[in-house]
Amino acid sequence: MNINRRQALGLSAGAVAFAATGFSALPALASAEDADKRIADFAGGKTPETGKLTLTAPEIAENGNTVPISVTVDSAMEGDDVVEEVMILADGNPNPDVATFHFSEASGAAAATTRMRLAKTQNVIAVARMKDGTTYVDKKEVKVTIGGCGG
Amino acid sequence: MATPKPRVKLPKSASAGEVITIKTLISHTMESGQRKDSEGKVIPRQIINKFSCEFNGATVFSCDIEPAISANPYFEFSARVKESGTFKFTWVDDDGSVYEDEQTIEVK
Repeated sequence: MNINRRQALGLSAGAVAFAATGFSALPALASAEDADKRIADFAGGKTPETGKLTLTAPEIAENGNTVPISVTVDSAMEGDDVVEEVMILADGNPNPDVATFHFSEASGAAAATTRMRLAKTQNVIAVARMKDGTTYVDKKEVKVTIGGCGG
Repeated sequence: MATPKPRVKLPKSASAGEVITIKTLISHTMESGQRKDSEGKVIPRQIINKFSCEFNGATVFSCDIEPAISANPYFEFSARVKESGTFKFTWVDDDGSVYEDEQTIEVK
């Protein structure tokens, strides 16, 4: 890699300025629509309910390169009460897909934590699908301060 | 890039039926395919696209990964252990490489 930290920061700051001018607003919009479409595909046409699924993300992420997020679904993970999949989406990234977790009865609990990238301030969305087909959704807005100076 | 080094943390022993927490980390740049080098050429995507954890041959947890996961991907999840055995962790790279780690747990 022949790109140093200063260049990387400059590039990302430039990218944000570019996006802010509205010139590249179209791709960002498309991404939000993509996210909605993926939720619809994942839920199989049903409207996901809220409640059982909890998405934990920081309100403000100083560094958009590693944002800790975790998902927890209130489930016994036994019998019919099993979470099959949890999909994470970010509606302001160049590509809304983040990750899909596959759970099983042997998981014992439907909870997972990871670290993700956020290109700018945006919504992080988690969608869970249970064994019986019920889907749940949770959404958090994360403010990203690129440059890492806080504030 | 240096060979990715997996690191896994889980308890050495547990009681039967206990739900344990497993933490995994692997060193990997997770090149997103969005960045450009100093000459303006796009750096090709190279990420770990799949992670899975098996216990005694049965899948416990797996994850499909997209470029939006940070460098050095970290996963924390849980597993219910009923008997002693071996956890096998597998990471699959875009270039086809597979990185593996194994950890044993004793159920008292």
